[in-house]
Amino acid sequence: MNRPINSSSSPSTRPTTNDTSSASRSLQSAAGTTSGNASGPQSLPLAGGASFLRKAEVVARLRRRLPANAVLHRAEDTTPYECDGLSAYRQTPMVVVLPASEDEVGYVLRECSALGVPVVARGAGTGLSGGALPHGEGVLLSLARLNRILSIDPLARIARVQPGVRNLAVSEAAAVHRLYYAPDPSSQIACTIGGNVAENAGGVHCLKYGLTVHNVLRVRGFTVTGELVEFGAEALDSSGLDLLALVIGSEGLLAVTTEVSLRLIPRPPLARCIMASFDTVESAGAAVAAVIAAGIIPAGLELMDRPAVQAVEHFVHAGYDTDAAAILLCESDGSELEVENEIARMQAVLGEAGASALRVSQSEEERLRFWAGRKAAFPAVGRISPDYYCMDGTIPRKHLADVLRFIAAMEQKYSLRCPNVFHAGDGNLHPLILFDANTEGELERTEAFAAEVLEKCVAVGGTITGEHGVGIEKINQMCVQFSAAELERFRAVKLAFDPAGLLNPGKNIPSLHRCAEYGRQHVSAGRLPFGDLPRF
Amino acid sequence: MSDALQTIAEQVRAARAMRRPLRLRGGGSKDFYGGALQGHVLDLSGYSGIVEHEPSELVVTARCGTRIAELEATLERAGQCLAFEPPHFGPQATVGGMVAAGLSGPARASAGAVRDHVLGVRVMNAAGEMLEFGGRVMKNVAGFDLARLHAGSMGILGPILEVSLKVVPQPQATQTLFFECTEAKGIEALNRWAGIALPMSASLIHDQHLMVRLSGAEAALESARAKLGGEVLDPAAAATLWRAVREQTHPFFADDRRSLWRLSVPSTAPRLDLEGPQLIEWGGAQRWWRGEADFAVVCDKAAAVGGHATLFRTRLRQPGAPAFHPLSAVLQGLHERLKASMDPDHLFNPGRLVPTL
Repeated sequence: MNRPINSSSSPSTRPTTNDTSSASRSLQSAAGTTSGNASGPQSLPLAGGASFLRKAEVVARLRRRLPANAVLHRAEDTTPYECDGLSAYRQTPMVVVLPASEDEVGYVLRECSALGVPVVARGAGTGLSGGALPHGEGVLLSLARLNRILSIDPLARIARVQPGVRNLAVSEAAAVHRLYYAPDPSSQIACTIGGNVAENAGGVHCLKYGLTVHNVLRVRGFTVTGELVEFGAEALDSSGLDLLALVIGSEGLLAVTTEVSLRLIPRPPLARCIMASFDTVESAGAAVAAVIAAGIIPAGLELMDRPAVQAVEHFVHAGYDTDAAAILLCESDGSELEVENEIARMQAVLGEAGASALRVSQSEEERLRFWAGRKAAFPAVGRISPDYYCMDGTIPRKHLADVLRFIAAMEQKYSLRCPNVFHAGDGNLHPLILFDANTEGELERTEAFAAEVLEKCVAVGGTITGEHGVGIEKINQMCVQFSAAELERFRAVKLAFDPAGLLNPGKNIPSLHRCAEYGRQHVSAGRLPFGDLPRF
Repeated sequence: MSDALQTIAEQVRAARAMRRPLRLRGGGSKDFYGGALQGHVLDLSGYSGIVEHEPSELVVTARCGTRIAELEATLERAGQCLAFEPPHFGPQATVGGMVAAGLSGPARASAGAVRDHVLGVRVMNAAGEMLEFGGRVMKNVAGFDLARLHAGSMGILGPILEVSLKVVPQPQATQTLFFECTEAKGIEALNRWAGIALPMSASLIHDQHLMVRLSGAEAALESARAKLGGEVLDPAAAATLWRAVREQTHPFFADDRRSLWRLSVPSTAPRLDLEGPQLIEWGGAQRWWRGEADFAVVCDKAAAVGGHATLFRTRLRQPGAPAFHPLSAVLQGLHERLKASMDPDHLFNPGRLVPTL
């Protein structure tokens, strides 16, 4: 089941890299997820005739204001939008709309809201959790044509952009002012700011520079009923509850973004990277803790285990130590003096922590080569296995060795290999389970393997998703991470923004019914929920 | 501790049964802030203590009644600190109140606010059940980010019982430079400097002086000072200055004959046309003003430059009078529906954040 790459199927997107391509071959579709049940409980199919009339009505209403070529409804036009980066889940939308202005977005939402039609917003379609999976009876709202950088104010260090602007394009446009936009998800050449806001995207520099939520000042957009709304401001805070923080990472369930004010920061004059080898994964994990304990916040801190290093080295020849059990990439940035000082401290700490070899980048080319290996990890793994499945759990760093041992045990249990890459600085694991969908039973084993690992992440006090989002992919694991009362509060928030449940239904927040069907009990840190809470 | 928690839950359930609003209180250090106090006191100070602090995880978890001073002392012993430098406004100030008020100190422009460091919370709903959102890890996108929503909520969503915060290493060194200059020149300079990679960690414009605090490695401070010029303030005097600004014991704040307003504006906004002394922080983005004026007039002036106004301290806080900038109609509607769905009986801190809620 070597499926075509998700995002290349959309006319609005560009070729994607790294993490994005991983999802081209993930497991769920062959494991039995069909398009019919992927879109959640609210996609009950209408009878054929009713469905046809419904579609005709929606198309006619939208074409009152939008040009015909911005409202697509024939299968050959809508099929390219059937999935995002998680291509195993597919669903052809009833209608695709491509508004070209904020006014048109508002119009689409007002009409859909009046007609009771579900709306799924979409950026570049590079998401890895199926957050932009279309709704079969709904409108797929592509924001790709809202792709202008509206302004860059170098003195205030603010970029105002439309949601369809690519992440990297912001930094490219700001470069002339020696400024950049810090969050750098590895799909950054393709993914868009609107999608970054929806998913609270991270990247390899988050420990020092934060996630999307730390770098967005203001989001302008529409409520489900098409009312214009602004969350946050170009001041550092705003009145009332912090709805900006709530909307960021809400996976398109609360509002539709049409304009974003991004905080730009000065580009550090220099960056250098240390590559450290370790004889055991445990000692590499301990070295990560030692760096942090020494009071150093590296600009980037990444760990790869031997299987990942070997896959990468054969692919990109980054000069990685293929004999090491694990390697760490540890980066410093700042002024020349700062970097010199910090690199020396990092070297000392890594040496004391038992590094068997240390190499410091001597040039920008060498530094980029070190990173090229890490950034190519997913495609490199793709070369050594017919299929693979990328996971995204976060754990407290101190449990790294424990979780890696657990993963090794799962490799034995399920007879599947699993190289690991790890945003070590912030505890975000990306185990890559290798499998062959054409081998009987491997998909099912992969799925069971992945579920056990995510539940292990929750058990050690971590989370089922660090940066890829819940979407449709991890909706069952939400039942494991949260109690019924907590899920109820999530639903209360959804209800406050979208009482009719029309924005991206079936994603992110599972229904009670769904959790009952999944049948797993919420267990927090290996204990019963709130074990320290007296039972009244 | 279980007893303290049980007492809180019982009080919440009793209040709900009697439909008697509660006024959530930690140390009471921020009683002056926000809408006038209403309801029966729900004392949260007894649920206290640091639950977990592992320096190598850069995370600390503390119960709401823990004093900020105790938390900071614990972090200091491990060479760490709260990057957002929360104002205490009194020795009894608690961690729960710090998060609920959402106030950040001089480092806010460079280090981020309280909300930027909240990783997880345990809160109580109106049924007396404990709910947990977020966690103790740096990256977590499971479900809506309700943990951050509690930062600055003024308690209207219910009691915050426990909070996990990201902590950072203490800077290796700090140095404060001062310059003589006008407000306009100071605002322009701070914005320009923020656009080049300098280790600026705080700033202040007041009374024809510009103060800039640098924090980081000695080497970084040296090169920054070479670029900026200015004179170096005596370290002890500098520490006293930044503490006095944070705690509002600085002479500008200490004179309480007139109301104190906080104007949060884009950092490049020109001086607001308001009569009376101003003190500018956060690289130009936070402006304090002492004076009396109609609430709506001040709000309009702040809104005209893209900001908002808060009547921060006033001698006479009238019940029902707004302290915070009014919300747009759409945001007001969202607040009403959020409150209705999370606290349907309006039990928690009525009027403290939004007059009608």
